[in-house]
Amino acid sequence: MVSKLKVDSLNVFYDYCHVLKNVSLEVDANEILGIIGPANSGKTSFLKTLNRMNDFDHTFKMDGNIFLDNKNIFTNMQALALRKRIGMVFALPLSLPLSIFDNVAYGPRLHGQKNKTKLKEIVERGLKASYLWDEVKDRLDTPALNLSGGQQQRLCISRTLAVEPEVILYDEPCSGLDPISTAKVEEAMRQLRKNYTQILVTNNTKQSARVADRTAFFLMGELIEIGLTAKVFTQPDDKRTDDYISGRFG
Amino acid sequence: MGDPKKIQKLMFFLLLLATIIIIVPVVAIFAIILFHGLPALNWGFIFGMPREGMRAGGIFPTIIGTLYLTLGTMAFSLPLGVLAAIYLTEYAAENWLTRLIEISIINLAGIPSIVYGLFGLGLFVMFLNFGASILAGSLTLAIMTLPVIVTASREALITVPKSFREVSYSLGASRWQTVWGVVLPNAIPGILTGTILGLSRAAGETAPILFTVAAFYLPALPRSIFDQAMVLPYHIYVLSTQVPNVPAKIQYGTILVLVLFVFIMNISAAFLRAHFRKRKLW
Repeated sequence: MVSKLKVDSLNVFYDYCHVLKNVSLEVDANEILGIIGPANSGKTSFLKTLNRMNDFDHTFKMDGNIFLDNKNIFTNMQALALRKRIGMVFALPLSLPLSIFDNVAYGPRLHGQKNKTKLKEIVERGLKASYLWDEVKDRLDTPALNLSGGQQQRLCISRTLAVEPEVILYDEPCSGLDPISTAKVEEAMRQLRKNYTQILVTNNTKQSARVADRTAFFLMGELIEIGLTAKVFTQPDDKRTDDYISGRFG
Repeated sequence: MGDPKKIQKLMFFLLLLATIIIIVPVVAIFAIILFHGLPALNWGFIFGMPREGMRAGGIFPTIIGTLYLTLGTMAFSLPLGVLAAIYLTEYAAENWLTRLIEISIINLAGIPSIVYGLFGLGLFVMFLNFGASILAGSLTLAIMTLPVIVTASREALITVPKSFREVSYSLGASRWQTVWGVVLPNAIPGILTGTILGLSRAAGETAPILFTVAAFYLPALPRSIFDQAMVLPYHIYVLSTQVPNVPAKIQYGTILVLVLFVFIMNISAAFLRAHFRKRKLW
């Protein structure tokens, strides 16, 4: 089977800070890959490299290759087209100061969708996929910033889904959420597995244990270990993984 | 040193005194202008043409002239200033050239207004052959206002959270789509407020319009942008130094109208800001 995403000996630098060291891994289609590790281990830098959000950083330098469906994302693809295929959900629920509807419709409108009926369909589909539809269907025209944090985060997922990406990156999506909202976001992720490949960076190791098919452990910019979640959490190969998971450092 | 309580009292007194000293001239100016000018204000004064060598009648042409000039200034300086501000904040790389441009803009704001006036005379009136005209005056005032508008617009653009841009980029938006869809709508209140404040300053300037547009006296209203115009600040200068025996009522009335003109602009800027702040959601 061909992997959806293939990362080949990736090195990332900001100025002279070597934040990712020779990382190679593959992500299969329709899997949820959890990425865990202490702060400053390069998890977010890794995500931002995958959809080239680092392009905006002047200090960013890298070598190595990343392939999406066997196509090199740096040499064989335009950044805008890549970001449409690899969507991202940020750590804080970042609703734009627009209505609920306009938040979800923002992406499709960017890409030229002007048909109102189509937009309505896309918005409804997106909101249903993140389990937000029932809570907001009667107030789509109200400001998104009036929603609770958990609702906003699910709105952000809907917004990402609305551009119909193939891969979704989550950067600590539940860091600001209460346990009930977290459970809802996690449920949404599980359901999305049918159609999407998902990569979840989380500071909460238990979250990775709950939702990820496989888990990768990053430490100081190195990929220490990657494997089936059950194995990484119960019989890790590396002692440092064991130490981190059982809370002996980090 | 002495008793902290006494020093505290002394300092309080000093600080209060400083504040009062600042307020007194402003209040005095307003009081004097209102006292002498208010009796002159009536429809005939505002909407009438000057008569008897400007010693009687109204000042309608000068109000219209100032209005045209302000609108003309805005027509040039707002788009130019906003576009430049967008370039500097959203596109320009951080290098010596950008910094040089930034420093130049800041320095432009410090150039004395008479220099702008002579520059406008040289470039627009003579070299480009616009003659003394509303066009030349508007362009001159626009150049003078640009630094204010660029600086205010940059502030407004920078204040829009970086995260909004990131969200937009992450959805596959181009730089311009991001500016147009997310950044600009959230920066417009600040841009408008800054623009109005810049324009209100321009509306009261005399030196830049002296050689570029202002007419001593015109019997008719200007009909095109290539016409000269009578304008409030220059008219005040004329009434107080060039025409003998102008009744004080008319002099003060004209000053009052200019002050009100600027005042209304500043107040509307304040209202605009308050209105948008109420709506602001982040």
